[in-house]
Amino acid sequence: MTIFAAPGQDGSPVTYKSRYEHYIGGEWVPPAKGQYFENPSPVTGENFTEIARGTADDVERALDAAHGAAPAWGRTSPAERANILNKIADRVEANLELLAVAESWDNGKAVRETLGADMPLVIDHFRYFAGALRAQEGSVSVIDDDTIAYHFHEPLGVVAQIIPWNFPILMATWKLAPALAAGNTVVLKPAEQTPASIHVFLELIHDLLPPGVLNIVNGFGVEAGKPLASSNRVAKVAFTGETTTGRLIMQYASENIIPVTLELGGKSPNVFFADVASSKDDFYDKALEGFTMFALNQGEVCTCPSRALIQASIYDDFLADATARTKAIKLGNPLDTETMMGAQASNDQFEKILAYIDIGQAEGAKVLTGGARAELDGDLAGGYYIQPTIFEGDNKMRIFQEEIFGPVVSVTRFDDYADAMKIANDTLYGLGAGVWSRDINTAYRAGREIQAGRVWTNNYHAYPAHAAFGGYKNSGIGRENHKMMLDHYQQTKNLLVSYSPSKLGFF
Amino acid sequence: MVLSDEAADWLRRLTEMHGPLMFHQSGGCCDGSSPMCYPDGEFRTGSADVHLGDLVVDGLDAPIAFWMSANQYEYWKHTQLTVDVVKGRGSGFSVEAPEGIRFLIRSRLFTDQESAALGLL
Repeated sequence: MTIFAAPGQDGSPVTYKSRYEHYIGGEWVPPAKGQYFENPSPVTGENFTEIARGTADDVERALDAAHGAAPAWGRTSPAERANILNKIADRVEANLELLAVAESWDNGKAVRETLGADMPLVIDHFRYFAGALRAQEGSVSVIDDDTIAYHFHEPLGVVAQIIPWNFPILMATWKLAPALAAGNTVVLKPAEQTPASIHVFLELIHDLLPPGVLNIVNGFGVEAGKPLASSNRVAKVAFTGETTTGRLIMQYASENIIPVTLELGGKSPNVFFADVASSKDDFYDKALEGFTMFALNQGEVCTCPSRALIQASIYDDFLADATARTKAIKLGNPLDTETMMGAQASNDQFEKILAYIDIGQAEGAKVLTGGARAELDGDLAGGYYIQPTIFEGDNKMRIFQEEIFGPVVSVTRFDDYADAMKIANDTLYGLGAGVWSRDINTAYRAGREIQAGRVWTNNYHAYPAHAAFGGYKNSGIGRENHKMMLDHYQQTKNLLVSYSPSKLGFF
Repeated sequence: MVLSDEAADWLRRLTEMHGPLMFHQSGGCCDGSSPMCYPDGEFRTGSADVHLGDLVVDGLDAPIAFWMSANQYEYWKHTQLTVDVVKGRGSGFSVEAPEGIRFLIRSRLFTDQESAALGLL
């Protein structure tokens, strides 16, 4: 067991600076308007650093730098770019604890997760895209004996990336690794709720990238995100967030005729078929853990398994065991490696979750455990903590249909396979889903029938590189975490070449 | 649609800064399930949207339209929505974020009588 000292205190692996600027053209530069905003830690609710408050002028300056760097970066050899990504991964690996604690402090999540999941996945994704780039090939099509079509991958140029706050460094990595591998330069805006940890990452790796290849403009969505997303100087916008902003970004993109990739959340069903409980063995234990995965990252995951569907014949016993497992979640100091669940990322997030707990109860859903804020002592008293909460209700209720983005699972029962599929697919979203069964035929058919981009089968919440991740329905457009992502960041250049000396004969 | 006094106060201040405003209720990830407040017309509504109502704010020339996706509305229509304000930090491109506040929806179930009167039963 380890309890890390808070950043800046004696013995802590990391110290935050008192202020962070924008990072443009390889330099830290103050904001054009000279304004900064305070950044609190969700762990304590206290401000710990201030951040440059970007505006359109800063975005233009970053776009200038990115455009300046794009031609040379796009011409570097794949081997050279892959080597740089591998070096970034090595730096992260050598500083894993430092970054894990920095991330925990900025976001509020348990350091157990940043040590064991967030940072190892950052390393893995950079290495994966380094390898994917080296292995990427164009293609040759033989049209006829004298005519050949060559297909080359070319970078898009300058791309815009808007990052969410739930896994600040990892979500930046999901977008940066393929974009940089594919030869693009980037202007990235971190979330205003978690703007600091990315700068700790940047300080570790900035010397590895040529100036202007990666540019970071901090600030609020309306002041910095909007000028970036609506700019006619970007070749693509990648966004993770919610549906209204996703639509707005598509509207801007339609004005500039550029592509977007959008990851917009979900209301993921986690389906437990009766045979899960045929034996109280390791698999049953794993399934109970799978249920409890709704509390991972305090529920602040787009694929949170926030609807649990349990077959009627095992419903009472399974739910009792799952409730006991949920009650065993240790909530507390995020910097304690024994802590399983930390703080919600911001005050407005905290308030929104409590508002949903209210509407769930008003609609008649029954609280089986939790259902209130968690009162912690000492320094943590001002933090944003909520008890892991299980609701029992009906799939038509709003808590079954809307993404709460908190440690709240809504449970209902189903009679048979057809009923399970009907409930699972009765949602506006289609990002993630879970299927639990010992019968491979049931598991396979259910996985194919659920309208979601990722169906975890007898596991949940794994995010390895090399497994495509993205949404059906209202959950977005495009995929991440897979070599196909390189295509999302590349143009296809076709050279159609005639090797015949003879004229066509038309003119 | 109902408006808390504090939300009305903020809407007057934000209108001074940004001109006439509109709301579109968001769904989904991260900052989803929150009302997004934009300069009027910034977000193009269409046949996929429902105009839930107009928020009348004392002191403003025109009411503020509140929109939601039609498919989302199907799951929300049995509840009365109150636009409120909490302390917070941002989200999306909503105009209030830099002021250190966040609009928030509080919901109340309509009674059977209210639902009947609204033609929802």
